[in-house]
Amino acid sequence: MDQFTLNLIVVGATFALYIGIAIWARAGSTSEFYAAGRGVHPVVNGMATGADWMSAASFISMAGIISFGGYNTSAYLMGWTGGYVLLAMLIAPYLRKFGKFTVPEFIGDRFYSQTARTVAVICLITASLTYVIGQMTGVGVAFSRFLEVDNTTGLLIGAAIVFFYAVIGGMKGITYTQVAQYVVLITAYTIPAIFISLKLTGNPVPPLGLFADAKSTGLPILETLNGMLEDLGFAEYTRQTDTTLNMFLFTVSLMIGTAGLPHVIVRFFTVPTVADARSSAGWALVFIALLYLTAPAVGAMARVNLIDTFYPNGTQSEAVSLDAIENSESLDWVRNWEQTGLLAFDDKNGDGLIEYNGSADNELTVNRDIITLANPEIANLPGWVIALVAAGGLAAALSTAAGLLMAISSAVSHDLIKSQINPSISEKGELMSARVSMAVAIVIATYLGLNPPGFAAQTVALAFGLAASSIFPALLMGIFSKRVNNKGAVAGMIAGLAVTVVYIFLHKGWFFIPGTNSFDDSDPLLLSIKSTSFGSIGALVNFVVAYVVSNASDEPPAEIQELVESVRIPRGAGGAVDH
Amino acid sequence: MAENSENNAYWSANKRIIGISLVIWFICSFGFGILLRPMLAGIKIGGTDLGFWFAQQGSILVFLVLIFTYAAKMNKLDKQHGVDE
Repeated sequence: MDQFTLNLIVVGATFALYIGIAIWARAGSTSEFYAAGRGVHPVVNGMATGADWMSAASFISMAGIISFGGYNTSAYLMGWTGGYVLLAMLIAPYLRKFGKFTVPEFIGDRFYSQTARTVAVICLITASLTYVIGQMTGVGVAFSRFLEVDNTTGLLIGAAIVFFYAVIGGMKGITYTQVAQYVVLITAYTIPAIFISLKLTGNPVPPLGLFADAKSTGLPILETLNGMLEDLGFAEYTRQTDTTLNMFLFTVSLMIGTAGLPHVIVRFFTVPTVADARSSAGWALVFIALLYLTAPAVGAMARVNLIDTFYPNGTQSEAVSLDAIENSESLDWVRNWEQTGLLAFDDKNGDGLIEYNGSADNELTVNRDIITLANPEIANLPGWVIALVAAGGLAAALSTAAGLLMAISSAVSHDLIKSQINPSISEKGELMSARVSMAVAIVIATYLGLNPPGFAAQTVALAFGLAASSIFPALLMGIFSKRVNNKGAVAGMIAGLAVTVVYIFLHKGWFFIPGTNSFDDSDPLLLSIKSTSFGSIGALVNFVVAYVVSNASDEPPAEIQELVESVRIPRGAGGAVDH
Repeated sequence: MAENSENNAYWSANKRIIGISLVIWFICSFGFGILLRPMLAGIKIGGTDLGFWFAQQGSILVFLVLIFTYAAKMNKLDKQHGVDE
C-alpha cells in the first residue's frame, strides 16, 4: 500500500472517531454549549485542556523552530508551560468561584461597566483571531502534505473541515472529542521520537536521549550536533545568539499570555469545585509536559537527521547529489515536500550537489513548520508512523481551532449580542449568532492565513502577546486589587492592547498585510525587542495606566469590593451541573 | 466581623504561599534558564551546561511540582480556615 492511501486511512479513521463523539454528545441547550454543563472531572478536564492548548503551534511548528533556533528558542518551552503556574495560582480558582460563562462577563461585573465588558470582547477577539491564523498556517502545512497538494489548496480544504467540525459540536462535544484528540496527538508525537532517540542514542526516552551520547560519534548528541553545525557555518545549537533582554521579555510574554487566553481559562469554568480548578491546571500541565519534554529532543534530533541526509558521508565530505535527490527512493520525502512548496532546492553553482550550509551559497531552504511532520520520513520510519503523525498534527490544529472559535463565538453572541444589543434574543437565535460569528472568524483567519505573518508558532506567539497585554492584567488586578476601578481597567486594557497592536503591525505589516511594515524583527524599533516579545511591555503599560487612572478617580463601590472578597474564598462556589 | 478577619487571614496565607512559589518559579526559569546561565556554564551535563537543561527541561519539571504542591497546600488551608466547599 502506498503512503498516500495509508495516510488517508489513518487520518480518516481518527476523524470518524472525533465526529462520532461530537454527534453522540451533540449540544442541547445554550448553557451546555458553552461550558459542558460544568461537571467535568479534573483529570479529564486536564487532558481536554491539553488538547485544546497544544495546537498546530506546539505540535507541528514548535519542534521545527527549536530545531533551527536551538537554545534561543527555549522561551517557547518555558513560556508555554510556566504560564500554567500563573493560571493555577493567580487566575483559575477565583474565576471558577465567580462562576460565569465567559471571561468578558467577569471583567464586566468586576469593573461594573458594560464598556469594560465590550473592551474585553475586543481584546479577546483580537488575540483569538490572531491565534486562529497561526492554526490555519499549520492546518495548511498538514493538509498540503498529506493530500499531496500545494500549500494554498491544503489551507482551503483544512478551513472547510475546521468550519464543519467547530459548528456541529459545542463545548461538550469538544470536551470528550478533545480527550480522544489528546490520545491521538500524544501517541503520534512520542512514537517517532522514541524510534529516533533509539536509533541515534540507544535511549528509548527522548528527553534522556537529548543528553545522551550519539551512537555514531560516542560524544553527547548535542556536542555532535554543535560540531556538525560548526562545520557547515551555522551557529552552535546550544549557544545564545539572541539578546538576553529579548529572550527574557519573550518568555514573560508567553507565560502571562498563557494565563490570559480566554479559550484556556473557560476550561476551568467546567470543573465542579474551586479546588478542582487548581488541580486541573496541574493535570493539564502533566499532559502538556509529555509533549513539551519530548519537543526539544525532536528538534535537536531532527536537525541531526536532516544534516545526515544532505551529508551522507559526514559534514566534512561532499553533499548529496542532485541526482540522488531526484531519483533515490530514500529521498522520496524531499520530492514530496517540494510539491507543497515548503521545501526548495536549487543547485546554484551547478556542481551537481545540493549544499546545505549557513552561508549565502546555501542551496536548500526548509520551512520550519514541516520539520515535525517530515521527521519520521527523514528518519526513514515505517509508513504507519508517518500516517500517524499526519493524523496527530491535524488533531492538534483542529482541537485548538475549535476551542478558539468557541471563545470567539461565545464572546460575540453572549457578551455582545445577548447582553447589550438584543437582550430578548431567543436561545435559538443566540446559538445561530454564535455559529455565524464562527463562520466569519474562519473566513478572516483563512484569508490572512494565506500570507501568514510568520511560522505557525510565531503567529501564535503574537496572539499570546496580545492576550498578555490586555486580558491578563485586567484579570489579575480584578482579583488581587480592590482599588482598581472601572475607568482604570478600561484605560489599562485599551492602552496595553493599543501599544502592542501598533508595535506588532509596525513590524509585521498593518493587519498582517505583507509589505506594509516599517521595521523588521531583525532590527526592531526598540532596543532588541522583537514584536513577538512586546506583549510583556504592553502588559506593563496596562498595569501602570490602570493604577494611575484608578488612583486619580473614585474607589469602586462597596458591593464590588464585596464581590472581590467573595471570589477569593472557595466556599459557596455554585454547583457545577445545575448552574 | 469574625468571619471577615478569618477570611483576611486566609487571603494573607494564600498570598504568602503564592509569593514563595513564584520566587521558585522565577529562579528556575528566568534565573537558571536565562539570566544566570553564564554563571552555571561550568556545570556540564550531556554535552552542554546546566542552564541549557533548565531552559529546555528542568524548568518544566519544577513547574509541575509547584502546581501540585500549591494545590495540596491550599486544600489544607481551605479546611483550616473553614472555607472549603
